[in-house]
Amino acid sequence: MMLIKISDDALARALGADELAEAFAAKGHEVHRTSSWGMQWLEPLVEIDGKGFGPATLGDVDAILNGSSDKAIGVIEQHPFIAGQTRFTFARAGKTRPTSLADYHATGGWQGLMRARQIGPEQIIAEVLESGLRGRGGAGFPTGIKWKTVAGAVADQKYIVCNADEGDSATFADRMVMEGDPFQLIEGMAIAGEAVGATRGYIYVRSEYPDAIRKLNEALVQCADIIAPFVCEVRMGAGAYVCGEETSLLNSLEGKRGEVRAKPPLPALEGLFGKPTVVNNVLSLAAVPHILAEGGSAAYAQQGMGRSKGTMPIQLAGNIKHGGLYEVAFGVTLGELVNVIGGGTASGRPVKAVQVGGPLGAYLHPDQFDIVFDYEAYTAADALIGHGGITVFDDTADMGSMARFAMEFCAAESCGKCTPCRIGSTRGVELIDRIRAGGRKRDVIELAPQMQNTVKDQGRSVAEEVALLTDLCETMKFGSLCALGGFTPYPVMSALKHWPEDFAPEARAVLEAAE
Amino acid sequence: MSNSVLAAIIAEHAGREGPLLPILHDVQAEFGCVSPEAEAQIAAALNLSRAEVHGVVSFYHDYTPTAEGRPVVQVCRAEACKARGVESLMPSAMAAAGDRVKLHTVYCLGLCATGPNARVGDRLHSRLDAPALAKIIENA
Ligand SMILES: Cc1cc2nc3c(=O)[nH]c(=O)nc-3n(C[C@H](O)[C@H](O)[C@H](O)COP(=O)(O)O)c2cc1C
Ligand code: SF4
Ligand code: FES
Repeated sequence: MMLIKISDDALARALGADELAEAFAAKGHEVHRTSSWGMQWLEPLVEIDGKGFGPATLGDVDAILNGSSDKAIGVIEQHPFIAGQTRFTFARAGKTRPTSLADYHATGGWQGLMRARQIGPEQIIAEVLESGLRGRGGAGFPTGIKWKTVAGAVADQKYIVCNADEGDSATFADRMVMEGDPFQLIEGMAIAGEAVGATRGYIYVRSEYPDAIRKLNEALVQCADIIAPFVCEVRMGAGAYVCGEETSLLNSLEGKRGEVRAKPPLPALEGLFGKPTVVNNVLSLAAVPHILAEGGSAAYAQQGMGRSKGTMPIQLAGNIKHGGLYEVAFGVTLGELVNVIGGGTASGRPVKAVQVGGPLGAYLHPDQFDIVFDYEAYTAADALIGHGGITVFDDTADMGSMARFAMEFCAAESCGKCTPCRIGSTRGVELIDRIRAGGRKRDVIELAPQMQNTVKDQGRSVAEEVALLTDLCETMKFGSLCALGGFTPYPVMSALKHWPEDFAPEARAVLEAAE
Repeated sequence: MSNSVLAAIIAEHAGREGPLLPILHDVQAEFGCVSPEAEAQIAAALNLSRAEVHGVVSFYHDYTPTAEGRPVVQVCRAEACKARGVESLMPSAMAAAGDRVKLHTVYCLGLCATGPNARVGDRLHSRLDAPALAKIIENA
């Protein structure tokens, strides 16, 4: 009898991991369902004695057992994709059973919380500040400063809210934490509660993640006594992307429409039910137990560059050969991520474009591949790191249609509170359609004889439509309340700038003339 | 006329902070929709106006005013799945679905490195090509 490890991550399960686990069990072997290593192109990955086999199918079972399988990848920890990483948040990935309290204890679990209770709120916040941890949800706001604000607020009730809405395409690190190491997230929330004096926590998980919800609930039942007096509860989202925005999320938790609130007041002072509230992303909170362990904050701060300290769990997605989760210190170049670590496109064709930061992130051109992973460097390039998702496109991609999709997505997911986003996104779709159709002719109404003042033989040229799109994007950028309307111009304008011929043959000349 | 199953769902959540979304989730799961009658009963029970409840129901993609009689297959058509070719699968998927199956577009299922992806109920399917997606639709 051998000990076989197979992940029970949703991605592995979607690729047949359950059936595979059953097949090994039926042959009399002991199967442990662990978290995923994050080498997603190899899932389902079968692990025996530290060696990996993948992507495995039912047909591979016998060969894997008798050692003749051609799916062997060697020792997993020595695989370049794993050996090249610096794993803090994902230190347990691939190694432990997600909802096993014993496994969590045996791998250093709860040490951060125990220490936090000894050192007290002020010292906890000092160490989080010292680590340099910035919010991993997108805005990169220093976590320690947020906690300090909430700690300083006086109220009968405070809350810790975990933002697990992870709606960005190309992101799955939150999901992997919740499914693979749920206790770590809960421990991070309990430490946050300790730091700011909050006794209640909510984890707001998107409804697209049923496995994560199930595992978090299983974990919460088991560790209720350990985190007490802190009490934590999972709430399920209802399919609205905008509810990832923190104030919209709070409205949703309160049972309201997920409309974005104007700031101030900051959620840190008037958040959930009007009480001081910490809203943090899953990755921000899950980084905390490590930071609070003995020597953790210094070790964390040693990684990274400039004002981007520590590690970022980067998600390599889309048309990429080696897709998956890659946790590494800030400072790595985009070219290295895509071409070296990611191995280029899955299709084998040349890379055309890379979107970093999800649906609101800019499309970067291979000419920009020397840009380093750092909040400030991306901001300077009119781009964003966001939640660390990277989508690779090969040369068959039509960037005009991707720009149109960015507007379409904004229109579908807008909360409707402000005009530039609610109306602008729909006008944006129409404008891109018109540019792609080569400009605009007079419509039926304009051609009617009653419309006396309309010049009948004139439409609008591509140049005029491009100018209008540029203007619309400026309006959305500066006139929107939140980043949904405010950042949708990034993918649109970056696509237009780098790949104008995907919009219209004359678009490049138009852009050059406008400069 | 009030519905006792609905009343039980409301009673189960009424003591919680922010009970409306959990109630609506259970109602949607139980009845396949949140009907105007259900909105009225929930509003009365939570001391909200019907307009408030309707505003919430209509805001979220997960709640529907009428039940979908057909089997539903969710297909992710967000950026990373587009980069992996989901759009080229759509014509044959639509043909396979016909009027019998409802194809529902969603944006991201969190399996973005191994798309195209689909979801039926709580079951996920990944690394799909045209025949695999057609088969899922036929079995839905
Ligand atoms: C449209 C929109 C969607 C967002 N989606 C998410 C999300 O899914 N997860 C997340 O953590 N933050 C998301 N954010 C950022 C949050 O508003 C907020 O900055 C974050 O939860 C703060 O936590 P952090 O400091 O730990 O990053 C979103 C913001 C906007 C404008
Ligand atoms: S930008 Fe869009 S999503 Fe954000 S508040 Fe305005 S309407 Fe709502
Ligand atoms: S983009 Fe399709 S699963 Fe994430």
